[in-house]
Amino acid sequence: MSLLTLENVTLKFGGLVAVNNVSFHVGEGEVFSLVGPNGAGKSTVFNLISRFYDPFEGDIRFQGDSILKMRSDQVPSLGIARTFQNIELFEQSTVLQNLLVGRHRHRKSNLVSEIFFAPSVRDEERRHRAVVEEVIDFLELQAFRDKYIAGLPYGVRKVVELARALATEPKILLLDEPASGLSVEETQDMIFWVEDIKKQMGITVLMVEHDMSLVAAASDRVLALADGKELAIGTAAEVQSHPAVIEAYLGTGGRASDE
Amino acid sequence: MRFVFKRSYDADIKLFKHRPQALWYLALFIFVLALPWLVDEFFLGEATNVLIWAIAGMGLMLLVGHAGQASLGHAAFMAVGCYTNIIMIERGVPFLISFPLSGIIAGFVGVLVALPVLRLHGIYLAIATLAVSVLSDDFIVILEPWTGGVTGLVAPNIDIFGLEIDRYGTPVEFYFLTLLVTLAVLVGYRNLLRAPLGRAFTALRDSEISAQAMGVNIRRTKAIAFGISCGVTGLAGGLLGYYATAFNNETFNLVLSIQLLLMIVIGGLGSIHGAFFGAIVIGFLPQFIAITRDGISGVLGLGSVTIPGIESGVFAVILISFILFEPLGIYGRWIKIRTYFELFPFYRKNMFKRQKSFLKTERMR
Repeated sequence: MSLLTLENVTLKFGGLVAVNNVSFHVGEGEVFSLVGPNGAGKSTVFNLISRFYDPFEGDIRFQGDSILKMRSDQVPSLGIARTFQNIELFEQSTVLQNLLVGRHRHRKSNLVSEIFFAPSVRDEERRHRAVVEEVIDFLELQAFRDKYIAGLPYGVRKVVELARALATEPKILLLDEPASGLSVEETQDMIFWVEDIKKQMGITVLMVEHDMSLVAAASDRVLALADGKELAIGTAAEVQSHPAVIEAYLGTGGRASDE
Repeated sequence: MRFVFKRSYDADIKLFKHRPQALWYLALFIFVLALPWLVDEFFLGEATNVLIWAIAGMGLMLLVGHAGQASLGHAAFMAVGCYTNIIMIERGVPFLISFPLSGIIAGFVGVLVALPVLRLHGIYLAIATLAVSVLSDDFIVILEPWTGGVTGLVAPNIDIFGLEIDRYGTPVEFYFLTLLVTLAVLVGYRNLLRAPLGRAFTALRDSEISAQAMGVNIRRTKAIAFGISCGVTGLAGGLLGYYATAFNNETFNLVLSIQLLLMIVIGGLGSIHGAFFGAIVIGFLPQFIAITRDGISGVLGLGSVTIPGIESGVFAVILISFILFEPLGIYGRWIKIRTYFELFPFYRKNMFKRQKSFLKTERMR
């Protein structure tokens, strides 16, 4: 069953066509990767799904319903969580507080009950904490629980971003370059986590990634984009050997004088 | 160094981290309760002044320190609180209704002002709120039938079920009233910070884009932050009206707005402690300078010769040196000293250096 569907989505910034008539669907329980050279429009697709941008044309549907009428802060309440390419954590807060912000979409208390910290708020806080602790256990962040983000190394911040997205208990997880800037070992961990997220938690994953080891190991299907256009779709091996993809990455092989 | 063994999630929800900390605050609480019997009326009045500053400081701290929205217009909201309270009192509304109501009205005015300027950030927001502060002066003069214009208003005695409270006649009662309001605001503030909304505020401050991606409604949360902040500042304004006994359009001028902002910066942005430390500095420093000056001229035999402007001069120098040498404020300095002793001898000098080495996605706007 298709969880997330993009239909003929086009986005223009002035004369620049960032995303050109892109259509794909992500099935439930699938790991779907977007690959392509820099400026191909991968992150822009993410920002379209997060509703930071309005598409020029086309429709984005989640579980069959169009999300184009929603504000960007309503999208997470559907069960769409995301990470950012350039880490966007709350730097002056601890890891724990960051993950608890991830629980915001489950907030039931209101202003008045929070000012008086009513027993219901306390119970809710305990429940949020229990979910967050599960995520902390899963991603092995115990040692960093009370550390401030501002003092954490890059690799850990990447994991905290993933943890915060998981804390929202999403149906689909959008990972924007989860392995960028990570060491080989950290990338290995990321591969296991993405697999576990899919298999144990049953969360669908849509990711943008340059690291082909992660893409090849974790994804079920891969879509290659270049200059906002779809090039090829299929398994990692199929896409990697597709002539249009090779051309986009490496050029046509002709000499400069031939052009 | 103390290690707190946490046995349940409540350890992170509780107001105090551990028992010794709770005992320290209890000692402080007993001290402020006993203060009227420890100092004379003059210093009790000054202590009341500090508490009023602290309330206003907490209001502004929530907005600037936690929600990350600059405001140079908070004197205007103090004015709203002060005037609405006295105007209602003059029309026969009892204090126990008019005082909280004036805070609520100031909060609503805050939201009304906030809605159009919410899209602005940083320095632009500061300029917009600066305009509010400038405008409030004119509004007070224009609304003369209610506000008394440039002549101003005189605050009558507070009447709570027959208990008359007068800033000069019964300073102890006035002190306790202010203390009660301070504690109420303090507890509400603390509760908010450990609840989802408080976390949403800090999320807003650190990264709007990812707060949004976590489901925080930016516009609404900012409006709520403005509302609460202005409401609390309005309460402080109401008390300031009684403290000053007479006030007019010039009581709540731009300088007051700037002082409020300076206060929380000196105290330390992003902590409730900062509001109190800042209030102590702003409240006591002018008196301290005056007393020191008198002392020095006494020693030097200068008599009552004074250099005009020396007080504001010294005041300004102290404020500027704080911003230059301790941007984290008094609370930041206190944390550093405490960490030094906790980690002794492993404290490193650059432990509190802010690093901004990673890119931000804010350019998406």
